Amino acid sequence: MGKRIGMEVGIAAAEAVALCNIDVAAVYPITPQSHIAEHMADIIHDGRIDAEFITVESEHSSISACAGASATGARVYTATSSQGLMLMHEILPIVSAMRLPVVMGNANRAVSGPLNIWNDHGDIMPQRDSGWICLFTENGQEVIDLSIMAFKIAEDPEVMLPTVVNIDGFQLTHMIEPLEFPTQAQVNKFLPDRKPYATLHPDNPMTMGCFNMPDIFTETMKAKDTALWNSKKTIVKVFNEWGRQFGRKYNVVETYKAKDAETLILTMGSMGETASIAVDEMRKAGRKVGLVKLRLWRPFPVEELRAAIKGCKTLIVMDRAISFGGAGGPVATEIKSFLFHDKGRPRIVDFLMGLGGRDVTVGDFIAMVERAKNKKDETYEYYGVRE
Amino acid sequence: MIEIRWHGRGGQGAVTSVEMLALAAIEEGKYAQGFPAFGPERRGAPVMAFNRVSDKPIKIRSGIYRPDVVVVLDPSLVSLVPVTDGLKPDGILIVNTSKTASEIRKVLNYKGKLFTVDATHIAKEELGVPISNTTMLGAVLKATGVLKMDAMKSPLEHRFGRVAGKNMTAMKRAFNEMKQAKAA
Amino acid sequence: MAKKKTEQKKWPEKWHEVTPGCMVFEPGNAANYKTGSWKAQRPILDTKKCIKCGICYIFCPEACIQEDTEGFFQADLGYCKGCGICAHECWPGAISMVEEEE
Repeated sequence: MGKRIGMEVGIAAAEAVALCNIDVAAVYPITPQSHIAEHMADIIHDGRIDAEFITVESEHSSISACAGASATGARVYTATSSQGLMLMHEILPIVSAMRLPVVMGNANRAVSGPLNIWNDHGDIMPQRDSGWICLFTENGQEVIDLSIMAFKIAEDPEVMLPTVVNIDGFQLTHMIEPLEFPTQAQVNKFLPDRKPYATLHPDNPMTMGCFNMPDIFTETMKAKDTALWNSKKTIVKVFNEWGRQFGRKYNVVETYKAKDAETLILTMGSMGETASIAVDEMRKAGRKVGLVKLRLWRPFPVEELRAAIKGCKTLIVMDRAISFGGAGGPVATEIKSFLFHDKGRPRIVDFLMGLGGRDVTVGDFIAMVERAKNKKDETYEYYGVRE
Repeated sequence: MIEIRWHGRGGQGAVTSVEMLALAAIEEGKYAQGFPAFGPERRGAPVMAFNRVSDKPIKIRSGIYRPDVVVVLDPSLVSLVPVTDGLKPDGILIVNTSKTASEIRKVLNYKGKLFTVDATHIAKEELGVPISNTTMLGAVLKATGVLKMDAMKSPLEHRFGRVAGKNMTAMKRAFNEMKQAKAA
Repeated sequence: MAKKKTEQKKWPEKWHEVTPGCMVFEPGNAANYKTGSWKAQRPILDTKKCIKCGICYIFCPEACIQEDTEGFFQADLGYCKGCGICAHECWPGAISMVEEEE
């Protein structure tokens, strides 16, 4: 492992991808992802890696170009954010249905309207049902590590599914912080060349993305769903391989002081580290509070979550996205639905917070734990909203 | 851990300052963050940028509301922006100004630790432009002792290439010419 | 890049028999699907009027018109959907569309 260096995380994401021997990048710039797009273009233009950068006219085109390139057997990367991801929406389930291992970085940002360029998870949650593997990162180092691991996961013959690495916009993308890069030789050892299951080639005609009549569509959907569920095995395997080679161990569900905790805070993305400081402070005051962090969102790590929250009385879910007119934030709704039949399940408190770039401080986490104590019902609440 | 808030105007290089400081600290083996006030950047508008520097890994990812140090890059911001907001009682205020310390104290109604330096003047003489961001890095190093001057050399060379030397000179002058104001 | 040949049934019966991505490895297997039953009208070629120009062959959207040994262009009625484009495009008026049941 190399020396610790300082770098902006957005730039680091592009540098990490550049270590992955990609063949094609098709990236359309959008705040706060722009530095990834610009730096990726620089790396390829400067000839540092042997790859094509396709300059596209929209995100709909960038993901379509990625799908086409991936179908020929290429290793492909794209990145986007917010409205760009929304524009890709139509193509996302096609990429997964065609089992194309495209890797995408998504700089999480609120979706319009009103226009807001700041961080929340409102862009990725509407893509929840697209059939992509969906990972979240907590700091710059995880952005590097998971961007590299994403290719290995996506391209595994047991998986063959597109993978999105979520990178909180600004909070992560625009942060200069210390990072360690693996060397090219180390990445080469970790990440072998892609061995495609099938490729589009004029010499061997075949069909990808075929038409399905009603009498086969259901079977195709179940096959896709099963493939996504089965991918968890490979995700864990790749996390373990990374841990063995680089000494940084990743889990699909991470915990912090959770073992004897009566109250657990559940976060996704960059909030986790700030929340851990709040846990430390509350522990110092004698409160049995702990932290659970979902690194994997799709496929949902239900067994690992059950194990992590075992014995806790209150689970406070931090939702950074809204399901208007629905049961609550997408994360809490999902967890409630999985735990519905579990005897002795914890009380679940759902806070919608950190929306559209509103900062979440150590004090906010402590205040939410306090607020949860007296909250009787399990309906969702907008934390910190001015009443 | 030391938390620093920089006030400047869009285009004056506050973001470059936090970048240089963070990179230098990391190169020295410390842990550091450098980040802008998130959002659109507008030339001329008052902007903020932030640093955290620590000997241990930094976990916090929220904004800085109780800084240890406030740096004011543009003299006109003193009467325009509440620069001392949230500054810790034992915190440090560093102002680029040609005015006297007592004048600054009066405008801000500020009684804490205060350092002043005419960085615009130094920058004009050394760099030929009134851009004070790298010059003010010298003042920050002197007032806080957070890093040695030599630590800045590599990031400045990487960023400014052949004009890095002039920036180093300007920085050193601010380091030497900065004055600590008498306690109020 | 070589494709991977897998044994596959003509039609997956169960969900786990569906190929990954529902890929189809047998090229040209659309030929197994006879679309000739769709047509309500069929093209009749008058060889006296036909000048063997082949414009019907070019325009046929089903690509079911082929040149025969005598140089005439004949529709394969196993696939012809009866759209009538050949008759419309045939400028010497050699193709006429007749009701299928006649």
